[in-house]
Parts: sequence; structure tokens; C-alpha cells
Amino acid sequence: MNATSTDAPLSFQDMILRLHSYWGARGCAILQPYDMRMGAGTFHPATTLRALGPDPWNAAFVQPSRRPTDGRYGENPNRLQHYYQYQVILKPSPPDLQELYLGSLAAIGIDFTRHDIRFVEDDWESPTLGAWGLGWEVWCDGMEVTQFTYFQQMGGFDCKPVAGELTYGLERLAMYIQNVDNVYDLRFNDAGVSYGDVFLENERQMSTWNFEVADTDTLFDLFRKAAAECENCLAAKLPIPAYEQAIEASHIFNLLNARGVISVAERQAYIGRVRDLAKGACTAYMEKNAEGWKARFANWSAA
Amino acid sequence: MTDFLLELRSEEIPARMQDKAREDLARLFAAELDKAGLKAAEIVTYATPRRLALIARDLPAQTQAVSEELKGPPADAPDAAVEGFLRKAGLTRDALETREVKGRATLFAVIDKPGRATAEVLAEAIPAIIRAFPWPKSMRWGDASISTESPRWVRPLQGIIALFGDDVVPCAVAGVESGAATVGHRFHHPGVITIGSASDYVEKLRACHVIVDQNERRATIALGAKLAANMAGLTLIEDEGLVSENAGLTEWPVPLLGRFDEAFLDVPPEVIQLTARVNQKYFVCRDAGGKLANAFICTANIDAADGGERIVEGNRKVLAARLSDARFFYETDLKVLLADQAKKLEKIVFHEKLGTVADKVDRVAKLARWLAEEGIVKGADPDLAERAARLAKADLVTGMVGEFPELQGLMGGYYAAAQGEAAQVAEAIRDHYKPVGQGDDVPTAPVTVAVSLADKLDTLFSFFAWGLLPTGSKDPFALRRAALGVIQVLERTGSRLPFKAALELHGWQAVYQRVFDDHAYQQDFLHHYFSSEQLEEERFSDWFERSEDGLWTFARSEAGGRLSQILLDFFADRLKVQQREAGVRHDLIDAVFALGGEDDLVRLLARVKALQSFVGTEDGANLLAGYKRAANILKKEGYDTSATSVIPAQAGIHGAASAGGEMGSGPRGNDDAVDEPTAYDPDLAEAALVGALDVAEPAAREAIARQDFEAAMAALASLRAPIDSFFDQVTVNDADPDKRAGRLALLARVRAAVHGVADFSRIEG
Repeated sequence: MNATSTDAPLSFQDMILRLHSYWGARGCAILQPYDMRMGAGTFHPATTLRALGPDPWNAAFVQPSRRPTDGRYGENPNRLQHYYQYQVILKPSPPDLQELYLGSLAAIGIDFTRHDIRFVEDDWESPTLGAWGLGWEVWCDGMEVTQFTYFQQMGGFDCKPVAGELTYGLERLAMYIQNVDNVYDLRFNDAGVSYGDVFLENERQMSTWNFEVADTDTLFDLFRKAAAECENCLAAKLPIPAYEQAIEASHIFNLLNARGVISVAERQAYIGRVRDLAKGACTAYMEKNAEGWKARFANWSAA
Repeated sequence: MTDFLLELRSEEIPARMQDKAREDLARLFAAELDKAGLKAAEIVTYATPRRLALIARDLPAQTQAVSEELKGPPADAPDAAVEGFLRKAGLTRDALETREVKGRATLFAVIDKPGRATAEVLAEAIPAIIRAFPWPKSMRWGDASISTESPRWVRPLQGIIALFGDDVVPCAVAGVESGAATVGHRFHHPGVITIGSASDYVEKLRACHVIVDQNERRATIALGAKLAANMAGLTLIEDEGLVSENAGLTEWPVPLLGRFDEAFLDVPPEVIQLTARVNQKYFVCRDAGGKLANAFICTANIDAADGGERIVEGNRKVLAARLSDARFFYETDLKVLLADQAKKLEKIVFHEKLGTVADKVDRVAKLARWLAEEGIVKGADPDLAERAARLAKADLVTGMVGEFPELQGLMGGYYAAAQGEAAQVAEAIRDHYKPVGQGDDVPTAPVTVAVSLADKLDTLFSFFAWGLLPTGSKDPFALRRAALGVIQVLERTGSRLPFKAALELHGWQAVYQRVFDDHAYQQDFLHHYFSSEQLEEERFSDWFERSEDGLWTFARSEAGGRLSQILLDFFADRLKVQQREAGVRHDLIDAVFALGGEDDLVRLLARVKALQSFVGTEDGANLLAGYKRAANILKKEGYDTSATSVIPAQAGIHGAASAGGEMGSGPRGNDDAVDEPTAYDPDLAEAALVGALDVAEPAAREAIARQDFEAAMAALASLRAPIDSFFDQVTVNDADPDKRAGRLALLARVRAAVHGVADFSRIEG
């Protein structure tokens, strides 16, 4: 069913559909994007929370990712404050994960006899999630197209078992496959819609809002409220809503950062606050599930 | 004798870890062999991104049989003791031998350990090596990782080849069983290859597009990059680090040259080079005129079907995106005046004890101005020096330096020049971090020198005032490098820096601040300044008002006294290390430093160098020998060393008035006390030495005063012959107490004269 690389290059949406069908055929649950603003696919509860505990979990999804400081008012051909990540999480990590991954690149039209694929050391760490892993950035002709990570810790807990996480930068991959120099020139579909048609105006307005307009008093207030609500959820032993509030606080912090109102000294304090919230949610998630895990995995322990 | 091959195949090993991993593999393997009494004739190791391999040559099939003998209790010992021994030896009673030891029947166990098959030893060694492997970072993976006890490796381990001769050494680690199979290049030859033995490993892999030997891959890259540059009419900017890194990222390296848009050459060349190198691992080239060319060389890991055309095109795009980002930073940074950027430094903490970077900048600016105003740095305009110092750190908050911290200084220099700052100011901003280490350029432009010195001195003064000194190998604030930088700049420019004055004028502020911030230190100060009763008074909280003057004085005297001594000692140590390379003897540095009272490093060094050339001459060597003889006699006679080494040259036979007692009764010289008769008639050689000293002492003193150390040495050299004659012809320990006293005084005068130039007692040999 896979088209070969001799076909015309895939449109942006067809590339996503091809990845869905590739990973869906390999046992992944194909999820839809999480309906919250977040900086990366890793924040999706299907990654962060599901990386915890002994249950196997295989999922793939697109997650819109917001990085307010990367906004360039639509004027930079490569940088966006809103872009898409394609995320695959496989737990426990299968022994042929690299081959599976390369298979997905072939499925979207990358020809390994003409392109140079490299696995370049890049250890991943998310101070805001209390998480780290070892892996690589995957280069295709010198361009980083995927972050490939074996999670070792999440929310301060050892991953038992380890999950393999693949994060594809969809726009970069599409620019590569379609051979365009400007992200806005990407063919979104094969019916004449470009990426620019969909997102250029969005980038202009959102960059302006992120950098210039967003009311900082409101943002500070939102941060405080999200943090408080997270605590409220934790007190009620509700890890999933608590985690949502941690995601919210994290994004508000990124917005404050883009507005340039957080000093270097304060920065660490904010990151620490968000980390504590996320860790608190992870801890609550572990506690909530402890009994069920114990019943199903006799010898398993969190520590 | 048989060769052994081990290949540990894994997912991609980080390039930077491969060399160390090869060393560790060889070391751990040799240790395992050693435990079994084995030794390979040679151990060769290889590393590629996907495999770590070892070949051990000429191993025997068996280990040596060994016989171990254990001495036990006497034959008539209680049963319990005998049983204990049997347990230890793992034998039964009838297997023991009985021998006479000192006339007593004693039990012995003789345990014969037969030789083991080497293959068996290897089968145990492999898992042990994998478990003990010291990767800087390792990980768990896969199904087994449901337990934290699961095996760890740098990345998932995928295969083990263990061949002793043609035979597989069976073992299993991390769910991987050993065998003879591996894989070739990931894309050229992804299928399974079976290796026959150590002897065909390298060549079989080569046939499958894997160059196993890292050195061969490095040579391929170095040569290929050079050729690619030459073919394009360019010169490669060689970079060994990049060669190694690319060799660690490829199994089949293919250097390819591409071009980027010439318009990017507007961005400073250092930025382009750094972007290409750090982010993309590309080499760059110079054109015929020596300027950075719009070319890059990437190292692909494949012989592409189209000759690499699409690979180069892809890499060009990536570099273009990087360079346009760099240009964005550059252009954005240019729009903000450095003086405005500098204001943001108020928000950056320099060190928790030492305030913000803005605080540091303020101190550096004052110090730089002082260095210029006092003429310590000759030719530096004080206004420009202060201006440069005030802007020198502003680039730390620019986008470009945020992205590439290594460009600090350099970018500030570009921005200052573009924003119309004086050329000297821009240059000072650019180069004020220099010299960074021994091989680095040493600035000589006066304004740069002032800022460079002020920056480093402020760092030293501040950290020293807080007692944050380097210890052992730990020097987290790079204070040794800062001191070395100061020495290099002073030496190179001949700048005369009075350390103590600089500390009293600038370093005291850090001490002053510390009294407020450091509770324990504050108590020290208070106890220094107030009595216990005063401190215990109930309302002592206004101590600051009561002690403000005292605090000020305390800080200055701390800075000028204790602190300056610690710093000077620190500098003396740095000087020794630095001058060792230049062939200057450390004992001579000690000899000059021991005189004390000199805080001008340039003068000290000139003196050390003059001393070194002097002690290298025949006169110098003999004078040193004569000095040592004199010093030994004085020491043996218990002659007051503290008095003579401190009292300068006019002590001894000149110094009746000041020395008194025994010395006062000795013969006198003839310059200021000719009319006083001597108590005895001096021998000829004795009189000759007196005469020589009368000439040499003032000559040396005057030479030292005008800093003509060669002349001072020459003056000392004139003493050599008279001292030799004195020791040949005169008996110091004369029966006549007057003569004895006079002659000892004369020797003391010799010693003092020599000490006027350097403390010869510190000189070795």
C-alpha cells in the first residue's frame, strides 16, 4: 500500500496521512492532537504520563507546538512560533526501533541511496518535566529531521520500562521532501492550498501578540492561577487535570519569556515552579495507578 | 597461539566517546586476561559509530596450571581448627599433607589448579567487561528495562562477535548472544555478514562499506576535504577536531564540497566558521586572497547514487537557514547600542558573592581608567580605556553571543566598530579577554591592555577577597588563567604594575563588601575592631556607624597586607609554571621573590633572568659556591642570620654603629670610618676582599636602584676572585678571637652583599 519514492513528492497532509498509516499498521493508536497549547509533543499526556508505569503503550499523533520566542512575523523561511510535531511513542522500546523509524522515512519518500542519514548524539533533557533520555538528532543531509530518544526518566521517576520516542519536525521534513526553501511555499494538499495560505497570517498576528501585545499583568495572573489550580487538583488526587494545569503554566511562562519580562535570575525560579507542578502531577499519577499496576505486574516497583 | 576478535555492535555511539571507549575496552580486556594469568602479544582496538571492536593476538589455548599451597594448623590441633582449614581449602582430611615445621607436624593443603581453556576465560570476561564498562552516560532499553537492574550500554547493544580462532566463544549479555555475525554499512550493505576470524574482520567489513579503523577514516576525511578544496581553487582551513568528529559519525566517509550564497559573507567570518563547525560539522575554506570563501565541506556517510549532488544541495539549504539566522541575530544586535545593551547587565549575576556583571563592569572601568591615568599602561587614553571597559561586557546580552558564547568579545568588537565607537575602543572590546592560555595572542594596544588587565585583576581581587581560591585541580573561576594572563600582558608590554597600590585602591572594596555579606567574616572584623565587652553591649546593632572609619581602614589594610601577600604568592607560583616553559629556573624565581618588597612583576622577571644568565657563567657558579661556603660557616658558627640577612650591605664590618657587640670590635672598612683602627692587621687576602666589597657593594646597590640587574650581577662577579683567595689563604676560625670575629663579620658582609641582589640560599646546586 505504500507508494514508492518515485511518486511525486507528498503534500504536507499526505505526509501526515502516510505516517499515520505506517505507524497505525505497526500497532500504534493514532491519536488526535491534545487540545491545549504546549511547547512540544512530549508534553502531550499520551507521552509524558504514559511513559510512567509498566503498561505497554504504543501511540502516534500530530501535536501543534507553540514556541513564542521562535516567532519571526512570518518573515523567516524556517522559523515559526506554531508548527507541527509528529510524535511516536513505543513502550517498551522495540529492538528494531531504528529500522522501524527508517522504514517510516522511506514511506514518506526518502531515498537512502541519494540521501545521507546520520544519527548524531543529542541527549534530551526537559528541566520543566524533570525528564531526560539518551538518543540522537537524526540528520538527513545535514538537517535535523527527527529527535530520537530513549526516555530514562520522566517526572523524576525511572522509566520502567524505557519508552522510545520519535519526534519528527513535520515542516522541515516536508520542505525537504518537496524541495522548497520557504516553509510558506509548502504544498499543504494537492488542491492548490499552500502552508502560507493556512498559516502566514497566523504567524504575523501571533508573533505580534506574543512579542508586543500580550498583557503581561494578565499573563502573570494566569501563571499564578494555573499553578494554584494545579495544586488544587493535586490536593484532590486528580493527576490528569493537575498535569493540564502544569502544561498551561509552562506555556504562560513561555509567553512571559517572549515578552521579555522575566529576568535571568527569575527564569530559574519559574522553571523550577513548573517542574514542581509537572513532577507533582507525575507523582500523583504514579500513586493513582500504583494498585492496578501492582495487581498486573507482580514484581514491578516504582523505585 | 590464537587470535581473538570481539565486536560489540550497538546503535550509534556518540563520536566524542569513541576514543576513550577503545582505551577502556583494551584496558578492561587486558585486566581480565591478567586475572587468568594470560597476556596477549598485542591488543588492537577499533571504533565506528556502530561498533567497538578488539583484536587480541597470540593467546594460548589454555591458561597455565598452577599449584597453590596453604599452610594449616598443627597436625594435633583440635578438630574444630582442622575442620575450619578443610573448609577454607575445600579438601577432605585425607587429601592434606603433613610436614615438619620447626619441629612440629603441620598440616598443608596442596591445591592444583589445572589450566583452563582460554575460550572459557574469554566467555566469562566478555560479560564482565560489558558490565564494568565506564561509559560517561549509559542507558537501559527494551523489554528488560522494566527492571532498573537491566543491563546498561551507551545505546542499545545489538550484537556480539566473539571468535577465538574460528570458534565462537559462547556468552550472552543483555539478551544478546555471541556469534560470528555482524552487519555492514547501514545503507550500502544492511544484510548480515559472517566473520571467519580476527584475520578477515577488517577486510570483510571493508567489502561491505565499513572502514573499521578510525585512523583510516580520519585520513580519508582529511585528504578528501583537502582535495575537494583544492579542486575548487580554495584552501581548506584544517581542523583536526572536525576530522575526528566526522570520523566518529561515519563508517564510509565521503567529503563533499558545496557553496553557499555569497551574500552571507557580510556576516563576520568567525560567525560563519563557528556556525558551520559547531552546528553542522562542516569544514570551511579560504580563497586565494586568504579570505573566508563561500564554500563548505560536509562529510557524508554514503557513496550516493547521484555522486552526492542532492546531499550537497540539502546541506547547502541547512547552512543557508543557519546563516540567515546568524544574520538575523547580527542585524538585530546591530540596532541596539552597546551602551543600551550594557544596562541589561544589571540583571545578570556575575557571582552570588560578587554582585552583577554591571557591578563588575563598574569596578573594571575604574581600574582601567586608573591604569591609564597613572601611566601604568603607557599610552592609553583614560577616557577611551574607561569607555571600552564600560562596553566590554555588553555583547553578553546580544542574540549572537547568546547563541554562540564563544564569540564573546569578538561580537562586541564588531558592534562597537559598526556603531561608531573609536577604533581603539572596538579593538579593546574585541580583545580584552585575551590572552586565554599560553598559546593565545597577547594584546599590546594600550587601551586593550588597560581593559584586559583591569578585567583580570578585578576578577582576581574579588575572588581572593572572598577567599574563593583555586584548590588542587579545581579552579572553577579560571583564576590561574587570569593570573597567567596578567603576567603575559605585563611581560609582553613591559607595563609596571604596582600590585599593592592597585589592591589598596581597588581590591579593598571587595573586602569591604564581604564584611556586610559574610556573617563569619563580619564577626572576625568586629572582634578585630572592638573589644568583647563592646560587642556584648545590648545596643550594638549600630556597629556600622561606630566602625565606618575602622571598616574602611580594615578593608584597606586587609587588601594591602594579607590579601596582597596571598596574591603575590599566587602570582609567584603562576610565574614559575609559566616561566618553566621558557626555561627559567623556579629556584631563581624564589631567590628573587624571597627578597620581598618587590611587587612589580616585570622588574622581578628582569632580575630573575639576569640572575639566571649570571649563575650560568663561571664567575656566577664560583660566586655561588663561595657564597654557600660563607653561609655554611656562618650557620655553623651560629652567626645571627636574621640580623645579617635583613641588614643590608653596610652591615658587618661597616656597621659598627648598627650592629654592635661582637661585630663592632671587628675591622672596619675604609669608606666612612677610615680613622678607626682595626684590632689586628688583616691578611692580604682578607684586605683584598674588604677592598672588593667596598667597591662592589655600592656598585650593586646603585645598579639595583636604577634597575640595571646585569650591572648588579657584574658587581657581584667582581667578588668572585677575592672570595676564592680569601678561602684559600685565610683561616676564619683563628685562635685569636678578634680575628675570628672580624673574619666572620666579613663573611656576613659578603652574604649581605649578595642578598642585596637575590637570596642565593634559595638557589639550588
